[in-house]
Amino acid sequence: MQFVDEFRNPDIARRLIDDISRVSHRMADRLGRPVQVMEVCGGHTHTIFRYGLAGMLPSSVEFVHGPGCPVCVLPIGRVDDCVAIAHQPGVILATFGDAARVPGSRYSLLEAKAAGADVRIVYSPLDALQLARANPDREVVFFALGFETTMPSTALTVLQARSEGLHNFSLFCNHITIVPTLRSLLDDGQLLIDGFLGPGHVSVIIGCRPYDFIAEQYRKPMVVAGFEPLDILQSLHMVLVQLDESRAQVQNQYARVVSETGNAYALDAVNKVFELRESFEWRGLGDIPHSGVRMRAPFALFDAEQKFRLPGARAAEPQGCQCGDVLRGRIKPAQCTAFGTTCTPQTPIGALMVSSEGACAAHYQYGRVSLIQDVVATH
Amino acid sequence: MCLGIPGKIIEITDPALLLAIVDVSGVRRQINITCVIDEGMQPADCVGKWVLIHAGFAMARIDEEEARRTLVLMEEIGALQDELASIRNASV
Repeated sequence: MQFVDEFRNPDIARRLIDDISRVSHRMADRLGRPVQVMEVCGGHTHTIFRYGLAGMLPSSVEFVHGPGCPVCVLPIGRVDDCVAIAHQPGVILATFGDAARVPGSRYSLLEAKAAGADVRIVYSPLDALQLARANPDREVVFFALGFETTMPSTALTVLQARSEGLHNFSLFCNHITIVPTLRSLLDDGQLLIDGFLGPGHVSVIIGCRPYDFIAEQYRKPMVVAGFEPLDILQSLHMVLVQLDESRAQVQNQYARVVSETGNAYALDAVNKVFELRESFEWRGLGDIPHSGVRMRAPFALFDAEQKFRLPGARAAEPQGCQCGDVLRGRIKPAQCTAFGTTCTPQTPIGALMVSSEGACAAHYQYGRVSLIQDVVATH
Repeated sequence: MCLGIPGKIIEITDPALLLAIVDVSGVRRQINITCVIDEGMQPADCVGKWVLIHAGFAMARIDEEEARRTLVLMEEIGALQDELASIRNASV
């Protein structure tokens, strides 16, 4: 199968790793430390661990795993609010499956379901809308979360609910947006990131231009990357070449799927329904200005935050949890004292252990695997 | 959640609401194709085409080779099984 060969060719992988080694050694000598490149997207984190890419690289270059897993960064207080909504009489709470497992300060949504709340696991907000149509005497609330990949789906669903006059449907909106968070990380004086691999599927929606400030204002290279192991190696090489030539540009390695301008229809729906919040809390990172969206005033009837009285309490991070340090690139997952002992995928304490796209869960699952063999395993 | 899943559009079920049935690795479900219908395009033009799907909405048209490549990758990282299970098990 030709498509596998092209993106899994071990000769190409070896050549890329040789080129990466050559450039990164030179850069690391100049910097006096390893070159650090952050992969922003949880999907990339997953690929990097699954194929053991970090272990194939020389010590002169390191991946820093970014905050791009929306389930992982959901704050505990918002989970508590969602559990409170789920326990209201007459409510059907519809949620993505992975969001249902996120621990709140006392319960996850799955535990709320076991305690009697009507929690339904759905694949799409369209399923939640269908629940609202089928249950006109119930209030159906969709637990909306995710970056720009899922934002258009909930925006279009709300627009559909409005056109049908389905007023027993609402969103509990926890959507977040990646760009202000990257800016906040770049403003963090302790962060040593030399360049970025940009999120592939978020960029399908927003395009490449929203990242221009990273190159223009912060002088860091950003390469929007695909998800194949060779996509990631090639994108890393593109970042290193930019650094070596003292360039800072936004490049698109994933042009076979991502356009420069994104998806206009999706962005239009998002802009109709959502507006930026002044600030939103991220688990492990704290409050980040303009990093979340809420529903615009004309959609108040579809906004669970307007419909329900929410506890709105902030909850402290669990003791011993160092997710924030991992997210900022200060420590690696295995350096956290809870990692693999009290915090495992079966009993997660920290957010990064909850979803398979979280850096800690991925490290736990694949960290001990040697992977050069894996990459060429299909041959 | 952030990794879209490729599916092939096999039937338009509601041309007004832009709903279509897709085949995702043998699992069929209804999705919304609003975001991949360009001006001058008819919904029927999409039948047989591959799209990248996020939470039940097509977000990009992709070619067949890219679709197959992405499905293989998702299978290898264990994401395909999870995604297909969540499509199959959606409680509606």
